[in-house]
Amino acid sequence: MGLLSDPNRRQALIKLLTRLNAPICGMPVDWLVKTMQARGLEVFTQSFSRTLPFPDENTERYVVKGTNVYGILRAPRAPRTEALVLSAPCTPGDNNNQAVGLLLGLAHYFRNQVYWAKDIIFLVNEHDLIGMQAWLEGYHHTNVTGMDWSPLQGRGGSIQAALSLELSSDVVTSLDIVLEGLNGQLPNLDLANLFYAFCQKIGVLCTIQGKLQRNDWDSASGYNHAVQTMMLMVMKQASGRPWGDHGLFLRYHIEAATVKGVNSFRHYKTDATTIGRLLEGMYRKLNNLLERLHQSYFFYLLPSLSHFVSIGYYMPAFGLLAVILLLRALDLWVQLSAQPSRTEDGVAGTEQSNPGVLSVLTPLVISHLTGAALYMLPVRFQEVAVEHFPVSETEAVVLTAIAVYTAGLALPHNTHRYPDMGWRVLKLVALLYLAVLLGCTAVINFSLGFILALTLVPAAAYVTPHVPKALSAFFLVALSPACTLLFSVFFFQELQEMPVSFQDGWLLYLSVIAQGMLDHYLYGSLVFPLVALLVYPCWLLFWNILFWK
Amino acid sequence: MAAPLTLLMIVAVTVRAVLFRSSLAELISERVEVVSPITAWKRVIEGLALLDLGVSPYSGDVFHETPLIIYLFHFLVDYAEITFMLADVVTAAALYAAAKDYNKQVFRKQKFALEADRYPPDSLLLPSALRLRLDPLCGAWTSDLLCVSGNVLLSAIFLCLATYQSVYPLTLCAPAMLYLMQRQYIPVNLRRVSFWWFVVQYLFMYLGSLFVLVCLSFFLLGSWDYMPSVYGFILSVPDLTPNIGLFWYFFAEMFEHFRLFFLCVFQINVFFYTIPLSIKLKEHPVFLIFMQLAVISIFKSYPTVGDVALYMAFLPLWSHLHRFLRNIFLVSCVLLACSALFPVLWHLWIYAGSANSNFYYAITLLFNVAQILLVSDYFYAFLRREHHLTYGLYLKKKDGSEATLVLK
Repeated sequence: MGLLSDPNRRQALIKLLTRLNAPICGMPVDWLVKTMQARGLEVFTQSFSRTLPFPDENTERYVVKGTNVYGILRAPRAPRTEALVLSAPCTPGDNNNQAVGLLLGLAHYFRNQVYWAKDIIFLVNEHDLIGMQAWLEGYHHTNVTGMDWSPLQGRGGSIQAALSLELSSDVVTSLDIVLEGLNGQLPNLDLANLFYAFCQKIGVLCTIQGKLQRNDWDSASGYNHAVQTMMLMVMKQASGRPWGDHGLFLRYHIEAATVKGVNSFRHYKTDATTIGRLLEGMYRKLNNLLERLHQSYFFYLLPSLSHFVSIGYYMPAFGLLAVILLLRALDLWVQLSAQPSRTEDGVAGTEQSNPGVLSVLTPLVISHLTGAALYMLPVRFQEVAVEHFPVSETEAVVLTAIAVYTAGLALPHNTHRYPDMGWRVLKLVALLYLAVLLGCTAVINFSLGFILALTLVPAAAYVTPHVPKALSAFFLVALSPACTLLFSVFFFQELQEMPVSFQDGWLLYLSVIAQGMLDHYLYGSLVFPLVALLVYPCWLLFWNILFWK
Repeated sequence: MAAPLTLLMIVAVTVRAVLFRSSLAELISERVEVVSPITAWKRVIEGLALLDLGVSPYSGDVFHETPLIIYLFHFLVDYAEITFMLADVVTAAALYAAAKDYNKQVFRKQKFALEADRYPPDSLLLPSALRLRLDPLCGAWTSDLLCVSGNVLLSAIFLCLATYQSVYPLTLCAPAMLYLMQRQYIPVNLRRVSFWWFVVQYLFMYLGSLFVLVCLSFFLLGSWDYMPSVYGFILSVPDLTPNIGLFWYFFAEMFEHFRLFFLCVFQINVFFYTIPLSIKLKEHPVFLIFMQLAVISIFKSYPTVGDVALYMAFLPLWSHLHRFLRNIFLVSCVLLACSALFPVLWHLWIYAGSANSNFYYAITLLFNVAQILLVSDYFYAFLRREHHLTYGLYLKKKDGSEATLVLK
């Protein structure tokens, strides 16, 4: 591999890249175009721009503009119907400065081989996920998120698989694979197995969630380690964020993963050549595929790279939680139908003292209007908030969201018409609503559904107007979606062995809320609308029931 | 009672207009649960375009509606929105009038039978006005039939129009005949001449109008190729786009050798239940119509939620049966869960690629099982109430102790 086998030339390349990555311009577009063309690829660029709904707290600007550069290596003797993608995000600074160099080196090497049956697209995207979203939308002619992009001049056929590289140093001690994508979607398990198999073959240490594999599964500490790894995956999947550039490919039914190089304190270091050989091996395997990867599981949790928990094991746990809600609902139904004490005949009757389903309409409408307010007000009124309070736009949005959330607790609730039976009907409707909601969420994003079920089901089943009010109110608020998020932030930091103090944790929590809302507007992540428009109103119904007079 | 009806209609029309104009209209008109290859509006537009070009609209497997429809929309395509809203309003008014008429009839019958049971309130429910299905005309005609109380010729003509549109309302002949015979006090007795004379008259009117319509269609387009495109399509099910029915999955995996056999089995399911149900429910033709509509919408080849909404619009007519229903909780839970899971699993199958057709078909099966359970539950409740009407509400054995009712 000519370019990268000589460390001096590698350093020269990296220095060149870093110099060109100076704060003036974002990405060295012209240099990249020239270099890729020199390697014999068909090079095209795509420019995009996006107006953020509120400025990102890291960059403090409203409009993000950038250019993606991609080169297509055409397969020498095959019809151009399928393609593979190798991408490296290019950000200014030192964050990912080696990945582009490796990508170019690989392009040069791949160009000289004759065995490629699919086109290979080498993509360098700017601004990480925003650039990737623009490229994917341009490639597939969709416009899901309202971004402005120039149409792509060159295409390569339908994309079968993609890998994204993140390398910050030229030597690494281990490679990490990141699988979690947008809305908790995961690539086929075969891709993770492929990565693991190649790491074993070449002799590179591989990790998942940043944790190494252990061999002692039977011991308590080994089990603990595995549980921690799995919980990290659950937390990452539940957030609904794409945790690497690969996350956006999954929505288009393209199996993708991100390979990160990690440089920590170990003696044995692997250089970029070995990583190149690993990637070459993976791409040759993907090249030989006759159909898209679909044979292995799409729904799994990984306690380590060599073990997985499939959907058949973890879904029954969720099913049992949902059954609690259904049994409670059945119990309420039986109570409601047995209301008039008619014991002479075996006929169950529903009498006029039963309020009927329409009486729950008022609390339902009020809760959903509050949810709609939570969804729409923070972004709409950020200018008004910035005028009146000394906060930045991002803070204004987040604090408005928290304010609307808390204000919902104080709303007037019911119509007091049926003091005894009305709450039962409302609870029945709310339980069924919650069960259906959690079921649908768990099918799409299991971790999110499970975490919500774990916190909401006990509270929902337990709450009635007759339980002690203060204690139950405290527990209900502590188990509400917002507090669950707060605890999850602290828990996540603990799992990553980077515990934070309360102050930092609170700031992190605010940034997580901002990021969640931004993800929804930029990439179509469903966590924010789900929580604001469906889960929060459902929770408010139970709050209603607690304070029923 | 006209004021609540008018108010509800105004609300329904407003909702419909708002939905038409919002971005949801595009989304909903693509959903497979709402449109089928027969009723899709896009296909009607395509057929109109072909007609304008002078080509037969049935060339190429795109358009599967009858020629009368295409000519109707030829004139009305610019006012399509208003046409649909008008059709919905007409359907709603027809259902309302039919419900009122039926309630009056039931009341009179029961009073006559000297049984002062609980009278069902004159309940109004117009879910059909909120249907988002894009071709409600079939439903409108089917329900017009009911409204035309006593006029044999008009009911035959409307029923014939409905059958002409899609084959399945053929089974509604039997309940229509029973209803009209009841109106005219002709006893349903196979040995009486008046019975057979009425049947012959009705069938003559029905088949005559059907013949007229078929010939009219021939003359409108000048060829017979609408027959295989419309009726052949409905009966032989060549298009296997997933929908909420039972046909698509089976026929996607079936060998060609057995296709005809299974086709016959599946299609017979729609027509088969007419005869036993008619025999059992010969004194209650309106309930028979409800059962028949439900059977049609469950077992037809390309059902949509519009068909489901049509027979569910009849449910409030039998709100007095609620005390005898046994499975209403289970059925409502399952129907609610299935309606929520349909779009979720469709997304997972088609867009995310993580699921496959088995997931979607499982939900379809569950949905249809829940519908069948609902219909059979109502049937049980109806029969039980009839039994109580004759034998009293509190059942006692001969020695005076309490008895329980068992359905064999």
